[in-house]
Amino acid sequence: MTIADEGSGKPARTRRQIYEDGLRKRSLMIAGTSTVAVVLAIVLLVPLAPGWAAVKKSFFNWDVFSATFPKLLDAFLIDVMIFAWCAPAIAVLGLLIALARDVRNPALYPLRIFSAAFTDVFRGVPVVLTVYLIGFGIPGLGLPRPWNSPYIWGSLALILTYSAYVAEIFRSGIESIHPSQRAAAESLGLSRRDTMWYVILPQAVRRVVPANMNMLIALQKDVALLSFIGPVEIFRQAGVFKSLYANFTPYVGAAVIFLAITIPATRYADYLMAKQRRDRS
Amino acid sequence: MTRLIVAGALALMGTTAVAGGHLCYEGKTLTEGKLTIATGNPAYYPWVMDDAPESGKGFEAAVAYAVAEEMGLSAENVVWVRTSFDEAIQPGAKNFDINMQQYSITPERDQMVDFSEPYYAAPMAALAVGAVSETEATLDALKGLKWGAVGSTTGAQKLINTIQPSSDPLFYNDNNDVIAAMQAGQIDAALFDLPTALYLSAVVLDGGTILGQFPADRADTPDLFGMLMEEGNPLKECVDAAIMSLTESGELAAIEAEWLQDTTGVPLIQ
Repeated sequence: MTIADEGSGKPARTRRQIYEDGLRKRSLMIAGTSTVAVVLAIVLLVPLAPGWAAVKKSFFNWDVFSATFPKLLDAFLIDVMIFAWCAPAIAVLGLLIALARDVRNPALYPLRIFSAAFTDVFRGVPVVLTVYLIGFGIPGLGLPRPWNSPYIWGSLALILTYSAYVAEIFRSGIESIHPSQRAAAESLGLSRRDTMWYVILPQAVRRVVPANMNMLIALQKDVALLSFIGPVEIFRQAGVFKSLYANFTPYVGAAVIFLAITIPATRYADYLMAKQRRDRS
Repeated sequence: MTRLIVAGALALMGTTAVAGGHLCYEGKTLTEGKLTIATGNPAYYPWVMDDAPESGKGFEAAVAYAVAEEMGLSAENVVWVRTSFDEAIQPGAKNFDINMQQYSITPERDQMVDFSEPYYAAPMAALAVGAVSETEATLDALKGLKWGAVGSTTGAQKLINTIQPSSDPLFYNDNNDVIAAMQAGQIDAALFDLPTALYLSAVVLDGGTILGQFPADRADTPDLFGMLMEEGNPLKECVDAAIMSLTESGELAAIEAEWLQDTTGVPLIQ
């Protein structure tokens, strides 16, 4: 075997490199061919199914799509709004619950019990149920307007449920910091609170950023659950159009809008996780 | 067991066929000799009494049996199944011949599924609770209320197109959720078809009042209830013929008077 690239100034490639390049090229070829084959099979075979025309008319109806999409976009603003005030509240409450779980003072033991019970209850109950119970139940006690708004109580339901999850994430972050850090901080004379605030939390929070990104993505979709108690956000708006046109295309339109947000967010979370793995190794 | 039923059905069909010559529905139903009718889960008063359509009690149950009889099917050959709205409009094979759950006929829906001739013209009515029960039955006075409706009904459309409330209306999954929101004071009033509104105000909602009804003929989309069928269902002509003949003979009006008699006497919204 001759060695390539002799006059080009680049370092000459070894036989091993050439062999590995060949392998790589071959696997790329195979991956490409199989992907194209699968895509072609889907594109060519699905329309051959006897019900394809009906499915296409019901789910991928361009007329219905173009008639409803602008209004769906408008309705999505309500989702964004609810998300915008829920996310910070969840971060704060989740952190507080996690800290309560870590309290070492015996006198504050009830606080630990409370935070454990909180996470157990709100992680255990389906979100929709919490939304119903809080969204209809608390205003039913006789609150005057505007304090009985479904936006307020529905958001609270989301905040409670999600902060239970986020609290567990923060707790795992706090527990993942080696005990020697705590010991070292205390031996330097830092108080318990300062140890937590200046030593443990900065490391713990950074460590759980990717996990919390996933919670953000999940929250962004679950905001649609508020439609159960009244707000006409994108999911409800799509449902109204579905009934009007007897056609599921508006749901596809809503899915497109959700994907436009969640796919970049998911990729970003992946990137953060990969970065973290690199930094640690 | 199935063979027995089929044999029995064939025997029955034999007798009716002899009596009436060739019958329109033959070979067009899901199960030969049976008419499979879908209703809601649960089915509500006064459309179906006690969620038991088999009893023939309630307006839609009574109409169903009358239509079946008109088509030449005896009561025991009527089979009931339950579907949601979404199941009724999904593409693909259906588990019913006809679906009756207060479907309003709209041109948009008609492109996706088939509707029979209308069996009822439903006026829309406004149900209110609490302090706003005294609101005048005029469009101007109604605009200022906080409105709700079931999102999948034509009531939601009417709310936006006709009443045009000054604050955003809230939409819900079903009647019970609307009632819960009214009880929680989150909405003042909601739009239903008149018989449903009457039932809710009389039985379910404490302190509920009917503000008024929209005259069915003045509506921009008159709310006519039709039986829903799969697009292109050959049974449509048989069902249509049966409903037409029931309308002409006055039997349909008699069923309506029997089950929905309270629907008159509610003030019209000006």
